[in-house]
Amino acid sequence: MVSRLTPLLIGGAVLALASVTACSPVEDDTTTSASPSASVDACPSGALTGTVTPGKLTIGTDNPAYEPWFKDNKPDNGQGFESAIAYQVAQRLGYTKEQVAWTSVTFNNAIAPGPKTFDFDINQFSITDERKQAVDFSSPYYLVRQTVITTKGSKIANAKTLAELSGAKLGAQVGTTSYQAVTDIIKPTAKPSVFNSNDDAKAALENGTVDGIVVDLPTAFYMTGAELKDGVIVGQLPQVGVPEQFGLVLDKGSKLTGCVSGAVDQLRQDGSLAVQEKTWLSDGGAPELQ
Amino acid sequence: MTYAPSARQRERIVFHRRQAIRSVLLAALSTAVVGVLIVVGITGSPGWPRVKQSFLNVDVATKYLPDILDGFWLNIQLFLVCAPLALLLGLAMAVLRTLRGPVFFPVRAIATGYTYMFRGLPLIITIYLFAFGLPGLRLQGTPDVLVLGGAAIVITYGSYLAEVFRAGIESVHPSQVAAARSLGLSYRQAMRHVVLPQAVRRVAPPLLNDVVSMQKDVGLISLAGPIDAIRSAQIGQAGSANFTPYVVAAVLFILLALPLIVITDRVTLRAARTQNAGS
Repeated sequence: MVSRLTPLLIGGAVLALASVTACSPVEDDTTTSASPSASVDACPSGALTGTVTPGKLTIGTDNPAYEPWFKDNKPDNGQGFESAIAYQVAQRLGYTKEQVAWTSVTFNNAIAPGPKTFDFDINQFSITDERKQAVDFSSPYYLVRQTVITTKGSKIANAKTLAELSGAKLGAQVGTTSYQAVTDIIKPTAKPSVFNSNDDAKAALENGTVDGIVVDLPTAFYMTGAELKDGVIVGQLPQVGVPEQFGLVLDKGSKLTGCVSGAVDQLRQDGSLAVQEKTWLSDGGAPELQ
Repeated sequence: MTYAPSARQRERIVFHRRQAIRSVLLAALSTAVVGVLIVVGITGSPGWPRVKQSFLNVDVATKYLPDILDGFWLNIQLFLVCAPLALLLGLAMAVLRTLRGPVFFPVRAIATGYTYMFRGLPLIITIYLFAFGLPGLRLQGTPDVLVLGGAAIVITYGSYLAEVFRAGIESVHPSQVAAARSLGLSYRQAMRHVVLPQAVRRVAPPLLNDVVSMQKDVGLISLAGPIDAIRSAQIGQAGSANFTPYVVAAVLFILLALPLIVITDRVTLRAARTQNAGS
């Protein structure tokens, strides 16, 4: 009799123990995910839970998508800085090129609160506390650099080094990192001109009252590409001050934020971000000024 | 025999002295009460520590003072050049506007149009037009933006001063000109030796007032790009997230204006005395 009862008693005790432990949610969590691959499970390769389309990664950006961030307004060609970054993040998350779907989302819709049609959006979003109220940001994938621009025929149009800029009359917007870049990095002999806005600075450049102006790189591409007649990017300056940071935008409280941030962090650590920056931004028209 | 005031006179002197002391004491007392109320009211307000920290920060002030002084020197130079030019321009325009005779109609029309236009045009816009518009024409020999901005200030203030001068010229009674002409002076001589001296003396206070006003408005030159005291202060404010640099610039501008303000007051007082002396 004893031999029959013992397993029963032991079984009952185990059951009782199990029921007690089941009551505490922490224990419950560990029992269900207590597998050797716990860390991988948080971001399962190619099978993230909670994506817009299961098994696919849906990435948003605006239409049109401008150079040098994208090329030919085709985000899915992998060309351009942000397209390349987007595909590298996807790859780190275990998604092949075929598993990436692009969707067109306007800039303002992407950072507005509300349901999202993308898993993450890449469109030169600066990370700000105000925007963090409405959306999640990944780790930054780009720190905005300051850039000297001028017009064709200016005496600094062919400058390659910081030393060649020291004799120039430069302008910048008041109170910006751009102005800080002039005074801290270029240190020109002529007193710089300071303007109320970048538009005033641009007007002074067009008039030839300054030889060049300093703006951040995205503005530099826009001004030389769309606004200035004969606009030329002289080059990017070394990092200065507290730079603006670009991050990927995700839905507020998205389950993917941690995984996407992790992927971006990996890309930064292994130097992939620096390589892409050099490929698409430095070699793509905004050389480094040493 | 020496003068000895009568008992009644001595009483009067004592009374007047007592009255004088009493009124001085009363004035001091009421000033002290008002002063204490203001100080208590400001320093006792809940936001005072924060205001003091962000507007009256000694560390920030000493940090940015050299830069602001550097920019302030530009303001002073600009004022010293612009003020005489604006006075000359204003005087010239006023004289042109008072020319008589049909031949001079175009001249009068231009002078009148000038005063109408530039008194109506906000100085900020004039500076923008001069400093950004004129170089945009890309003409040979376009001067520096500093010169262009200065020209905008001179032209704007010239139009105000012109109207003050004209008021002065027209306040001189026509009989003065008639008398001068009957003495054999030409119109120009009558203007130069009879009318203008009286006119300028009469309108000296408002003229100086406009000059004081101009002294601070030279700070708008910063719109054109040069770094003056106000722009230096703005740069300091952006760098320190503290408004003290503006207060530093404000104090400098007040110090610069004080001598002129004192002169204006003296001139006004003297003008009032001479004008009332005859009546």
